[in-house]
Amino acid sequence: MGSSMRTMEWKFSQVFGERQPGEKVEEIDTISAVEFDSEGDYLATGDHGGRVVLFERTNGNYPCSRKELEHIDSPVTLLPLYRYKTEFQSHDIEFDYLKSLEIGEKINKLRWCTCLNNSLLILSMNDRTIKLWKVSDHKVKKAKEVNSNAHVYSENALLSERSFMSDHSKPSVPNGYPLEWDEWVTKKSRYISPTVEEGPHVMLDSGKCTSSRCRRVYSHAHDYNINSISINSDCETFLSADDLRINIWNLEVSNQCFNITDMKPLDMEDLVEVITSAEFHPVSCNLLAYSSSRGFIRLVDMRQSALCDQNARILQDREAHGSRSFFTEIAGSISDIKFAKDGRHILSRDYMNLKLWDLRMESSPVISFKIHEYLRPKLSELYNGDFIFDKFDCCISKDGCHFATGTYSNIFSVFCHDGGHIDGITLEASKNPNRISHNPDYHKHTGLFTSFACGFHRRGHENSSLNNINDVPCDLNSKLMHLAWHPTKNLIACAAKCSLYIYYA
Amino acid sequence: MAAADGPLYPIAVLIDELKNEDIQLRLNSIRRLSTIARALGEERTRKELIPFLSENNDDDDEVLLAMAEELGVFIPYVGGVEHAHVLLPPLETLCTVEETCVRDKAVESLCRIGAQMKESDLVDWFVPLVKRLAAGEWFTARVSSCGLFHVVYASTPDQLKGELRSIYTQLCQDDTPMVRRAAASSLGKFAATMEQNHLKTDIMSMFEDLTQDDQDSVRLLAVEGCAALGKLLESQDCIAHILPVIVNFSQDKSWRVRYMVANQLYELCEAVGPEATRADLVPAYVRLLRDNEAEVRIAAAGKVTKFCRILSPQLAIQHILPCVKELSTDSSQHVRSALASVIMGMAPILGKDATIEQLLPIFLSLLKDEFPDVRLNIISKLDQVNQVIGIDLLSQSLLPAIVELAEDRHWRVRLAIIEYIPLLASQLGIGFFDDKLGALCMQWLEDKVFSIREAAANNLKRLTEEFGPEWAMQHIIPEVLEKINSPHYLYRMTILRAISLLAPVMGADITCQQLLPIVIASSKDRVPNIKFNVAKVLQSLVSILDQSLVDQTIRPCLVELTEDPDVDVRYFANEALQGCDQVMMSS
Repeated sequence: MGSSMRTMEWKFSQVFGERQPGEKVEEIDTISAVEFDSEGDYLATGDHGGRVVLFERTNGNYPCSRKELEHIDSPVTLLPLYRYKTEFQSHDIEFDYLKSLEIGEKINKLRWCTCLNNSLLILSMNDRTIKLWKVSDHKVKKAKEVNSNAHVYSENALLSERSFMSDHSKPSVPNGYPLEWDEWVTKKSRYISPTVEEGPHVMLDSGKCTSSRCRRVYSHAHDYNINSISINSDCETFLSADDLRINIWNLEVSNQCFNITDMKPLDMEDLVEVITSAEFHPVSCNLLAYSSSRGFIRLVDMRQSALCDQNARILQDREAHGSRSFFTEIAGSISDIKFAKDGRHILSRDYMNLKLWDLRMESSPVISFKIHEYLRPKLSELYNGDFIFDKFDCCISKDGCHFATGTYSNIFSVFCHDGGHIDGITLEASKNPNRISHNPDYHKHTGLFTSFACGFHRRGHENSSLNNINDVPCDLNSKLMHLAWHPTKNLIACAAKCSLYIYYA
Repeated sequence: MAAADGPLYPIAVLIDELKNEDIQLRLNSIRRLSTIARALGEERTRKELIPFLSENNDDDDEVLLAMAEELGVFIPYVGGVEHAHVLLPPLETLCTVEETCVRDKAVESLCRIGAQMKESDLVDWFVPLVKRLAAGEWFTARVSSCGLFHVVYASTPDQLKGELRSIYTQLCQDDTPMVRRAAASSLGKFAATMEQNHLKTDIMSMFEDLTQDDQDSVRLLAVEGCAALGKLLESQDCIAHILPVIVNFSQDKSWRVRYMVANQLYELCEAVGPEATRADLVPAYVRLLRDNEAEVRIAAAGKVTKFCRILSPQLAIQHILPCVKELSTDSSQHVRSALASVIMGMAPILGKDATIEQLLPIFLSLLKDEFPDVRLNIISKLDQVNQVIGIDLLSQSLLPAIVELAEDRHWRVRLAIIEYIPLLASQLGIGFFDDKLGALCMQWLEDKVFSIREAAANNLKRLTEEFGPEWAMQHIIPEVLEKINSPHYLYRMTILRAISLLAPVMGADITCQQLLPIVIASSKDRVPNIKFNVAKVLQSLVSILDQSLVDQTIRPCLVELTEDPDVDVRYFANEALQGCDQVMMSS
């Protein structure tokens, strides 16, 4: 697959929730999480309003287009297309009375669980609470009147639609209750639900409806904001990580969890680093990795001991790049890590770079991609505007050779590392992804900025910072932070504000 | 039954409620499924109710759980064992839902039904069901199937048996860890129904697969299977097949697996017999006692007595006791605490000499442990050591520990030690107790925490039961009654509480001479809370005291209280008066 993919050409596939230029975007509609399920049949997004929207792959696998097909000789990889399936309100604003703290409803992460049966299970979380949602299709039973001879058969109808169908020609007093029958009929109207009152009904299937139910709530285990959840390969446990601690839960037990890592120092003054992201190894049930604000990735072996305060391995870029400063330290904080499918590599994203690590090479990444080097001189301004704390996701393709991550101006980059060959391409999240305008005057949307009230940024700071960042050659308010790679196909879903764009190659 | 319920109409309501929007109503109705079935009669239950339930699998978990449970005892309502198979379809669907407890219940009910079914019916109905579930697309079905093989295996013809074995082998190698876990945890049950020759071949190869699984969670369950399988195998087979596995497990990379071994090891000793235990399991156990991981040491320490019980005393002294010594100074308080809770049990096993020489120093060091749980655990099992070494030797070291715990700043610790005081008193004897502990018991009556004062009052009662009223008259009563003059009303209330507890034990005479006057006097207290507690105490005394005394003393006092300005006092005084009347009526 590798060589043909080297020159991956990305094309627009679909968009959901696209806004007209100039249309005002509500803060709560901004997408805050994007996640494919393990087969790629479903796609979930979470937003700042605490809602989760599910998309499903439309049944057939449609080829890209007939015209294109005719030009291709090789077997066609079928392009998955998605359609809206359902949505539900996963989290609401809560208030922690003990700490006088408002807990926002924003969905931080979503993770699909292994399908148990024909319903879908998904974990969603905000800053403090994780919830397990079950989404299932129900056959809608529509009432349809088939027989007006109500009284005789009504009990049968009540009992079983199937039995009613087969039995309805027989008289229905085989049990010897004819005397009480009248009494029951007269009282019936008081007790029976409205649909039944109208006479016997046969429920007929008429399409499906999707319902979502919260099955478990895993709460009160985190004192700090949760940044990650990850499901173990044993399909039985998952982890949740906040700034200082990592807890392990059993999916079936919501009232207890086990703390495996606690970085909280006795004196908070001594705090030097926080956990920024954590993920289980895709195959080995005992391994997990977590990243820190100091740019370390620690690997932990849960087999070694119950408390994993000692890391088995620490990945750390020891080659200092260029001059170190207060800002480069902050920019070195890792915002996201992802294991490659092979379990041998980890992809990490810090503010300036995307790095690919080999677990067996601790001292430096295999390769490092610069995302927006042109911002390096502006770090001080970005710090003043709090942009330096923006947490960008990263994602990795199935073959482990391609990586994607986002930046400002609604732009995302796809990199390729295939043996010795290194390649990168920059795309804009729009219907025309390859129209990249590295125009320095790019911040035409700054007018929207005032309505942007992000929870974890200091507000009020922003207006003053606006003046300083005018000379930054990108639109800082159009951040493309969340994206996900399809588990099997070359397909990327990325969120730009409230719109979800899907691209394929 | 049907007649008693007012036949058809309530049944109709129940049936209707099966479809109600309100989950509580559906639940109620499902809980009374047998009533519905009885009213419908066997035939209609088979033809209508059961098919209806089979379709009704889209409900809330709670309703499904109730349904799965009810169906397990439904055989009589469908017309007896020959019709039992009609119950299988609804339970089969319940075996595939995603909620684990519903599936488990459905499997349990299926097992119960299968156990009653005729052999031919099992082959005709049950075996196909097991096969269908085992081949199910969703792993929930396959998980459920694992728990059903043991029901049918023994009844099936040979050819089918082979098929069942090979299906189970596949389940043990399933892609999803959930299925492998289910297969691992049901393996013991399945093996129990199997012929000895297949046990050695098929089951052992499945077992070996599971013991080498990549997933820790599967290996954990395989450990649990060791003991069950070991008991099925003949001793030499067990030593040949199971023992090496256990020894491997005890050195597993995962601490959770070693933890399981530590918990299970003594059971395995029984299976492999004394010789193999001595040669292989003692070294394995010693390794676990010295494990790097505190959790493993906790589990191992907690089983030290049970393990020693299987060994000969000299083996225990030689190999285990040195480890116990190390554990008593372990860096983890939880390890020491686990050890403290069982170490007392070692005394009778080791005998008097070894106990005094070797164990006693360990007891004493644990008694002085800085962690209160450790000390408490030692004290709670004191009777066991007492039997071996006698109290004299122990009391010198015991007392400082008790006094320290009695004054611990955590009230829960104080509470725990109070609960053990009667036990200590019975072990230490009257003389010793009076000297050293009597003062403590009084001190607790004036504790800052209500629960402690309450427990202290109760403690006095239990001590009186232990040593008798005469002793109480001499040592407790005067001091207790003294405290009724305490300036703090909460302490006075504690004394009233103590009086109401002590009175039944002290008997009528002492109550009316010593206790009653104090209570009556308290009815003039300035605090209403004391007064209504007086009313409550008086009510409790009525049944102990003489009728005439009630009329002369208690009743006038209560009547006076019914005219109290405080509403609560009047309320409880009236309550008490009514209580008096009832006691009199009944006598």
